[in-house]
Amino acid sequence: MPILHALQETFGHVPQQAVPLLAEALNLSRADVHGIVSFYHDFRDAPAGRHVMKLCRAEACQSMGGHALAERLLHRLGLDWGGTTGDGQLTIEPVYCLGLCACAPAALIDGRPLGRLDQERLDAAVNEARNDWSRP
Amino acid sequence: MNAVPPISAASTPSGIRIFVPRDVAALAVGADEVAGAITAQAAALGAAITIVRTGSRGLFWLEPMVEVETAEGRVAYGPVQARDVPALFAAGWLTGGSHPLRIGRPEDHPFLVRQTRLTFARCGIVDPLSVDDYKAAGGYRGLAKAIEIGGAATVEAVTKSGLRGRGGAGFPTGIKWKTVRDAVSDQKYIVCNADEGDSGTFADRMILEGDPFCLIEGMTIAGLAVGATRGYIYSRSEYPHANATMRAALDIARAAGLLGRNILGSDLEFHLELRVGAGAYVCGEETALLESLEGKRGVVRAKPPLPALKGLFGRPTVVNNLLSLATIPVILDLGAQYYADFGMGRSRGTMPIQLAGNVLHGGLFETAFGMTLGEIVMEVGGGTASRRPVRAVQAGGPLGAYLPPSQFDTPYDYEAFAARDALIGHGGLVVFDDTVDMAHMARFAMEFCAEESCGKCTPCRIGSTRGAEVVDRILAGRDVAANIELLEDLCNTMKFGSLCALGGFTPYPVLSAIRHFPEDFHRGRLPAAAE
Ligand SMILES: Cc1cc2nc3c(=O)[nH]c(=O)nc-3n(C[C@H](O)[C@H](O)[C@H](O)COP(=O)(O)O)c2cc1C
Ligand code: SF4
Ligand code: FES
Repeated sequence: MPILHALQETFGHVPQQAVPLLAEALNLSRADVHGIVSFYHDFRDAPAGRHVMKLCRAEACQSMGGHALAERLLHRLGLDWGGTTGDGQLTIEPVYCLGLCACAPAALIDGRPLGRLDQERLDAAVNEARNDWSRP
Repeated sequence: MNAVPPISAASTPSGIRIFVPRDVAALAVGADEVAGAITAQAAALGAAITIVRTGSRGLFWLEPMVEVETAEGRVAYGPVQARDVPALFAAGWLTGGSHPLRIGRPEDHPFLVRQTRLTFARCGIVDPLSVDDYKAAGGYRGLAKAIEIGGAATVEAVTKSGLRGRGGAGFPTGIKWKTVRDAVSDQKYIVCNADEGDSGTFADRMILEGDPFCLIEGMTIAGLAVGATRGYIYSRSEYPHANATMRAALDIARAAGLLGRNILGSDLEFHLELRVGAGAYVCGEETALLESLEGKRGVVRAKPPLPALKGLFGRPTVVNNLLSLATIPVILDLGAQYYADFGMGRSRGTMPIQLAGNVLHGGLFETAFGMTLGEIVMEVGGGTASRRPVRAVQAGGPLGAYLPPSQFDTPYDYEAFAARDALIGHGGLVVFDDTVDMAHMARFAMEFCAEESCGKCTPCRIGSTRGAEVVDRILAGRDVAANIELLEDLCNTMKFGSLCALGGFTPYPVLSAIRHFPEDFHRGRLPAAAE
C-alpha cells in the first residue's frame, strides 16, 4: 500500500506498466497486484485532471443540501462522478466523509479543505481550479 | 459527579499568545487566512504576539475560534474571518476587549460547561506537537503509572474502568486485552483503528490533529499491558492533515525517547508506525483492516479465529478504536474507579459524542453516558441549523438507525439504544430537518453498502444492489406495498446472511426509515429523486 500511494502521488494514478514490476518486486502474481489496486477506490488506473475535487456524498453533508449541490455542479460541468472536464483541468470524485461533518457540506480540492459550502463558495472554488494552470 | 482537573497550555514565550486552531475543520472555514491576517496586523501595529496553532475545542459553529491569552485567562472570539482581524485589534482583543465576536472564556461557554472532558481534556488547548505542553497537561502520568504497577495490573485497571470499545461494537476493552496478554507468541501487535469512515464522526480525527501524543501514550500502555512491542495506526487517506500531524508527532516522540527502547527510562520497548488506507469503508472492519495492513485486498476474514489470538501476520493482536486507546492514559492516571463513576448501567465513563449535519451547534460533546438523545440534539445541539423542525437523527454512522423525535427520550447508553434497534456506534449523530426524504436516505444506505461491500457474501453484495433498485421502484411509486415487503425481505436476508456488520447492519437505517417514516415510502408517482 505505501508503494501504491507513492506511485499515485507521483503519477496521479497507478500506471498499468507498474503492475508487472510490482508483482515481481513483491513476489505476487499480476492478478494479485491488479486485485489490490482495483479493490481500493483511491487508486486510479488513468490520470486525473490537473486538479482533483473530492466532494463528500455522505449523510451529514446530504443533510445540509450536499446532494443537490453536487448534482447541480455535475450537471453544470456535464460530468458524472469521477469525470474530468474537457479541458483536463478538474476531476470531480466522490468521497464518503471527510470528517468535516459539523461544517457540511464539505470537499477537498487538491487536499485543501472546504467547509460550509454553498453554491457560491463551491462555484468559486471550481472556477479558480479551472483557471489555475499550475500543478498543485 | 467527579470534578475534572483543569488543563492549561505550558510554556511562556515572548509576546501575547494567540491560539488559532489548525484542525482541518477550522482550516476548511478559513483558519489559515485568519492566522495570516493576525500576523500581518500585529506586525503593522508593532504588537508582540506569538501564534500557537492548536487542535479544535470542538465548537465547530464558532470556528475559526481564536483565543487570546489575557490576565483573566484565555478569551475566545469566533467565528473570526480574516477581514474581522483589524477590528478585533482595534477593539483591544489582546487584553480581552469587547467585540461582537467575543465569546468570553471558553471554559464558561455552556457547550463546554455541560461536558466532562476526559478523553478530550487537552484537545484544542495545547499545542499538539509540543511534548512539553502534553506533559504539563498531565501527559505520560498514565504510562508512568502503568510502568509502576505492571502489565497485569494495567489490564485489571482497564477492565475495572468498564471501558467499552468506541469503534462500534462496544466490546469490553479489558477483556480483549486479557486475551492478548494471555496468548503466548514471539510477537504481538497493537493496532489502532483510525479508519473513521462513519459519516457524522470526526473524534478520531480531532485527536490525531489536536492531541496525538495521547494516542501514542495510550498505545504504548496497551503494548506494556499485553506484551506487544509493535504497533500500527491505520488511518484513512481522506484525512491528509491528520496524517501529517500524526507523522510529525511520531517523529517527535521517537526523538524524545517516548517510542523505541527504554521508554521513560524503563526497559519498555514500543515501536509505532502510521499506515494509511485507500478509500475503502470496509477496511474499518477489524479483520479487513488487518488484511489491508498486510498489503492485501481489504476482505473480511471469518471469525474465529479472533484477532486477539490470530491477528496481524497471524499473531495475537489488540485492535482498538482510536478513542478506546486515547482514553487509556486518563484511566491509568486518574484511576479506573474515577472513570467508572461516570455513566449509567453497563455504559461506564464518558463518550465523545459528535453532533453533525443539520445542527445549530455542531461539534464534539464529551459527556457521561445517560443524557437523553433529545437533550443532546435539542438542548446541546440547539436543533437544526436551518431552523426548521428536526425530522430524524441518524445515530452511529451509515449502519445506524434513523430515530424520529418521538424517540428522543432514549438515554444515550449502549443497551437503551440497542433496545430500540439503534446504535451508539462511534458516537456520531447526524441531524436532518423536515426537508429530508427518508426513502432517498434508505436508497443511499443500500447504495453505500453496494459500493463498499468487500464482496465476500452474496446477501451483502447482491442484496444491496437489489435493495437500491427496489427503493427506486418505490420512489417511482410502482407497486409500493409489494416493493416495501420485498425490501423488508431483502433486509432480513442481509441481516442473517452477512459475515460482518456492513451487510448485517445496513438493514437498520433502511428498516428504521420504513418504520418511522412510512409516509415517505407510501407515495404516489413522483419523479425519482435518485440519480
Ligand atoms: C463495515 C465496518 C466498518 C467499521 N469501521 C470502523 C472504524 O472506522 N473504526 C473503528 O474503530 N471500528 C470500526 N468497525 C468496528 C471494528 O470492526 C472493531 O469492532 C473495532 O475496531 C474494535 O475496536 P474497539 O473494541 O476499541 O471498538 C467497523 C466495523 C464494520 C463491520
Ligand atoms: S457483509 Fe459485506 S462487507 Fe461484510 S464480509 Fe460480507 S460481503 Fe464483505
Ligand atoms: S459526511 Fe461529509 S464530511 Fe462527513
